[in-house]
Amino acid sequence: MTFMRKWNLSTGDFVRIALFAAIIAALGILPPLNFPFLGGVPISVQTLGIMLTGVLIGARLGVLAVLLLIFVVALGAPVLSGGRGGLSVFFGPTVGFFLGWIPSVAATGWLYRVLPISSVYARAVTASILGGIIVLYLFGIPVMAWRVGLTFMQATFASLVFIPGDLLKAIAVGFVAEVVERRKSNGIP
Amino acid sequence: MIAGYLARDTVLHRIPVYIKLLALAGVGLTLPFIQAIWPLVIGLALVLATYCACGREALRRLKFLRMFLLVLITIAVIQAMTTSWLAGAISVIRLLIMILMADLVTLSSTMQAMMDALQPVLKPFRYIGLNPRKLALAVALVMRFIPFLLAIWRERDEAYRARTGRKANWRLIAPFLAETLRLADKVAETLDARGIGTQHKGSQ
Repeated sequence: MTFMRKWNLSTGDFVRIALFAAIIAALGILPPLNFPFLGGVPISVQTLGIMLTGVLIGARLGVLAVLLLIFVVALGAPVLSGGRGGLSVFFGPTVGFFLGWIPSVAATGWLYRVLPISSVYARAVTASILGGIIVLYLFGIPVMAWRVGLTFMQATFASLVFIPGDLLKAIAVGFVAEVVERRKSNGIP
Repeated sequence: MIAGYLARDTVLHRIPVYIKLLALAGVGLTLPFIQAIWPLVIGLALVLATYCACGREALRRLKFLRMFLLVLITIAVIQAMTTSWLAGAISVIRLLIMILMADLVTLSSTMQAMMDALQPVLKPFRYIGLNPRKLALAVALVMRFIPFLLAIWRERDEAYRARTGRKANWRLIAPFLAETLRLADKVAETLDARGIGTQHKGSQ
């Protein structure tokens, strides 16, 4: 059934938007996950949620889910990793990485749809690296540089620590996308 | 959880939310122009004094700054190496003032009050089809989904540990998502069955 006519959203779309906003939040609240192929180094998985959202529900619904989550954060709910939330997030040095979720999820969703790679796994990993890492950092680094008066190079240097963890998340998205697609083609939702 | 509303009755709680938001915006706009360190130190002291005035629970919230600690130290060190320690201190104090003031607004305003204060800001979005009541429903759904999702995850995690004796890992994500998608379909059916959000003439 149509839920928001102007936006061409069905009730199912509407609920999925809320669901993925909640999934991104829940991934931030969970204790860090273990990635055995990195010798069990635990890393926080909130940006994994962004990549998954783009790949699984596409750019349009993904952007709406992220906007909804940002709104919930602004209202004061502690739904970001480490129990952060509220207006303080918007004034921190890493706000660009937070608001950068919008272009990031859009790019991930769009690339996953249009990239001419036949393997689901490789396509999801590539879309996640380009959209979930490169696009995100393209927004996060300049904002951090501007917020704290660093040069672009200094801010890039300060952000490099997070790249290895982000690459692992992209690989995890590949595995998850493959499993979800396989279930779909077997008729399991 | 660290952030969020703190249910207490302080002067700060009694100030209307829109005034607090305007004050926050005002400070955010003027702060970058303050180049001297003394006004900034006084500002930070005032903010911390406000926390003290709000009671012990408010002070305990300051632990949330740990999240920013690594970034703040990195910034201070990089600036100290390239410009001076003073420049580093000024950047860090500016950020601290903004972060803490924003947190003061959050701790003294309920989510509902924030939603109400934001209504005038949201009004223009009506023209592109954003209905405030549907936005409120979406926010309520998110807040209800989160504990539900955490419960589903915990169940999957326990079952996995019982089967394998190992800690949870990323392999749980796919079946977890499948289960949540089934849940979403059921919720959508429920909304449709109860006629919530269906179109009437003149609504939307």
